Amino acid sequence: MSIATQIIDRHGGADHGHKSYLEDGSGLRSWIFTLDHKRIGIMYLASAMAAFLLGGLLAMIIRIELLTPGPTIISADRYNQAFTLHGAIMIFLFIIPVIPAALGNFFLPLQLGAKDVAFPRLNLASYWIYVIGAIFAVVSMVMGSVDTGWTFYTPYSVDSNTAVIPMVTGAFILGFSSIFTGVNFVVTIHKMRPAGMGWFSMPLFLWALYATSIVQILATPVLGITLLLLAVERLVGIGIFDPLMGGDPVLFQHFFWFYSHPAVYIMILPAMGIISEVIACFSRKNIFGYRFVALSSIGIAVIGFLVWGHHMFVSGQSELAGTIFSALTFLVAIPSAIKVFNWIATMYRGSIELKTPMIYALMFLFLFSIGGLTGVYLGALALNVHVHDTYFVVAHFHYVIVGGTVIAFIGGLHYWWPKMSGRMYPERLAQVVALMIFVGFNWTFFPQFILGTQGMPRRYYNYLPEFAPLHQFSSAGAFVMGAGFGLMIAYFIWSWLRGPRAPQNPWGATTLEWTTSSPPIMHNFHKTPMVSGGAYHYSVHPSEATVRR
Amino acid sequence: MDAAAGPFLPSQASTLAPAVDAVHYFVLGISIFFFLLIVGLMLTFVIRYRRRRAEATTPDLTHNHALEIFWSVTPLLILAAIFTMGFNAYMAGRVAPDGALEVYVTGRQWSWSFSYPREGIVSPGELVVPVGRPVKLVMASEDVIHSFFVPAFRVKQDVLPNRYTTLWFEATMEGEFVIFCTEYCGTSHSDMIGTVIVKSEEEYRAWVESGGVGDISQLSMAEYGALLFRQNACNACHAVDGTRLVGPPLNGIFGHRQPLTGGDAVTVDEEYLRESIVNPNAKVVDGYSASMPAFPHLKPEQVGALIEYIKSLEQ
Repeated sequence: MSIATQIIDRHGGADHGHKSYLEDGSGLRSWIFTLDHKRIGIMYLASAMAAFLLGGLLAMIIRIELLTPGPTIISADRYNQAFTLHGAIMIFLFIIPVIPAALGNFFLPLQLGAKDVAFPRLNLASYWIYVIGAIFAVVSMVMGSVDTGWTFYTPYSVDSNTAVIPMVTGAFILGFSSIFTGVNFVVTIHKMRPAGMGWFSMPLFLWALYATSIVQILATPVLGITLLLLAVERLVGIGIFDPLMGGDPVLFQHFFWFYSHPAVYIMILPAMGIISEVIACFSRKNIFGYRFVALSSIGIAVIGFLVWGHHMFVSGQSELAGTIFSALTFLVAIPSAIKVFNWIATMYRGSIELKTPMIYALMFLFLFSIGGLTGVYLGALALNVHVHDTYFVVAHFHYVIVGGTVIAFIGGLHYWWPKMSGRMYPERLAQVVALMIFVGFNWTFFPQFILGTQGMPRRYYNYLPEFAPLHQFSSAGAFVMGAGFGLMIAYFIWSWLRGPRAPQNPWGATTLEWTTSSPPIMHNFHKTPMVSGGAYHYSVHPSEATVRR
Repeated sequence: MDAAAGPFLPSQASTLAPAVDAVHYFVLGISIFFFLLIVGLMLTFVIRYRRRRAEATTPDLTHNHALEIFWSVTPLLILAAIFTMGFNAYMAGRVAPDGALEVYVTGRQWSWSFSYPREGIVSPGELVVPVGRPVKLVMASEDVIHSFFVPAFRVKQDVLPNRYTTLWFEATMEGEFVIFCTEYCGTSHSDMIGTVIVKSEEEYRAWVESGGVGDISQLSMAEYGALLFRQNACNACHAVDGTRLVGPPLNGIFGHRQPLTGGDAVTVDEEYLRESIVNPNAKVVDGYSASMPAFPHLKPEQVGALIEYIKSLEQ
């Protein structure tokens, strides 16, 4: 159970005669046309963080507007555009690409001991398609004041007098970026595993990326076709979704959620992969129930395709359809529960060190549990009818997507930052900021569960005065959370420029990316690593537990 | 309106509400249990197994099939129970009892309208129903998708263009309850608010006999106009305090010149106001869109009452 090839370089930085990927080529062209998965990962990271900042500013505008019922700082139309932009930017430009395309791009080849992904040019194409799609979407939304919500429900999106077509064209283009990344990862994982690494000795992050890629490849085309139909409907009034012409507006919702529910798993699965890596490392313990954790990713990906109708319990779909989707929704909760219990079991009798990545992993367990359990609440038909399209749903998906995906992403970013940048982040400050984000997040979103059960609908510019105290409380928390994220971005920029040099393996982790220098050399490894045994060898056999490793 | 009667749930004002709330408390209890279990174990392990020595070692506990089966099957059984409870309470709300009072509901940007087929009444904005009698709503939209939501009754159903959807409820409490639109429908989505007025059987009968307007003999024309203004949800688009909404504010305009789209101007008099109600897009105030629907069901004396109300509004 050891890695045969170990390059030990305690001083970090590039080793003898080989430049790190950051120093190997300089100037704009060396980045724009790079085929290096690490540089593409960094470009994705920077772009996604820019989208996160923009989406976050819009969120602050929304929370300030909601400080009082009626007009506070902007008009109703501007408010409707703000939540449309916030949702579309966060989902399409930040959450969906950030873990697979930024961290995944950087670490998938490294964890495989490979030089690059299978198709480096496709990888670069995916990035630039993402940029083009992003510019298209943001420009058309801002200039054309799209106000349909990120869900583009017909017939509103057909009637709406705004730039819906350029906007959905942007989302259509972004879909290709996602598909390219998915294809690249599937092929890379199939064909480029090093000698000795079977499927069940891969790091769990790779299992998660594999499951994610399958969903990206299979589900994204459905969104593309749906948005294309919407554009055609607007252009020539073909009548697919128009009841006056024999079409059905609810059909759009089926199409839309057939992609957009699996898309939720595109967001959460890679996050779960990060949590598996971090908990094992900082508990210094082999992951408990490796096969269950690995296969539950596949289980989530498969069942995740069959639950889209739970967004539509009150849409007018049949009672039978609602019943079946409700039952399947409960089924998809099981693989997530299996993961959570195995992570907890991994900590049992571990040697737990509370560094920032581990703090984020614990925050993930706390917040994702609330997100998951309120998902159970939403899966129950009668309860869903009451809280559907209220703030309860808003709170639920922010607990899953921010409390789950974003928190895990930030944990992963701290975990892998020394490898990516060759620098350490400020540990004590990072812990304080983690606490700020945790407190600010719960402060913002927990009251929204109560608003929802009381009946406060979502996407409301104006609201009844009795909802004002909880809205104001929620908005106050948003400032704390926003300040936390701002500080975090600031110290990462500081660390990139001035942070202390990182050693090759600061956490004592056992996956392959830690066997090369920090930051890695251009071609990752001097020699292709050979692997024997599993990805994790933190623990010693029980009979040797008292003996030093 | 008591949208937030309890700390966590609105008042239980329909026969369906107690069953839904029972599921709510059951799932809440299960959720709190599992949340405390997960976070409790997590914190216990973090404290108990914190790293004490830099070179500490750990036992290699790889898996335990019995444990995996236990923590897969137990939640599955609990989820099956929640599914069943949720299903039963849902189905109870889907099939209206025979002999329910039928009301047609029309949703449009951005108001509700209620038509009583047997009673021959059109009631804009206010759904008047008797307490203790099942009511079946047959709903359709004139434009985009809306959703009919009464928190106090725990009922919600999307309202679609060119297709009927239904829901039913039986109110158990007299009073006024808010109706929200919960499917995003554009600019004034959050002002598309109606009211369910639950009356005693006698009061309801009196309301039906008055043709759905109640007793107006004691009201001045302007007061009657104020009532109609609210019933027809005119206030969703027209403020009376000078605020700019979808439509122009109406206070202090009578007798003054209004600039129109296209460069003309008009002095606001009775005839201009009448035309703006029955044929609203004939003359559109400069800077606003021609998006107001006509109100053909208003009787001449009701139009007059609205005009008197607008005349009474101060700058």
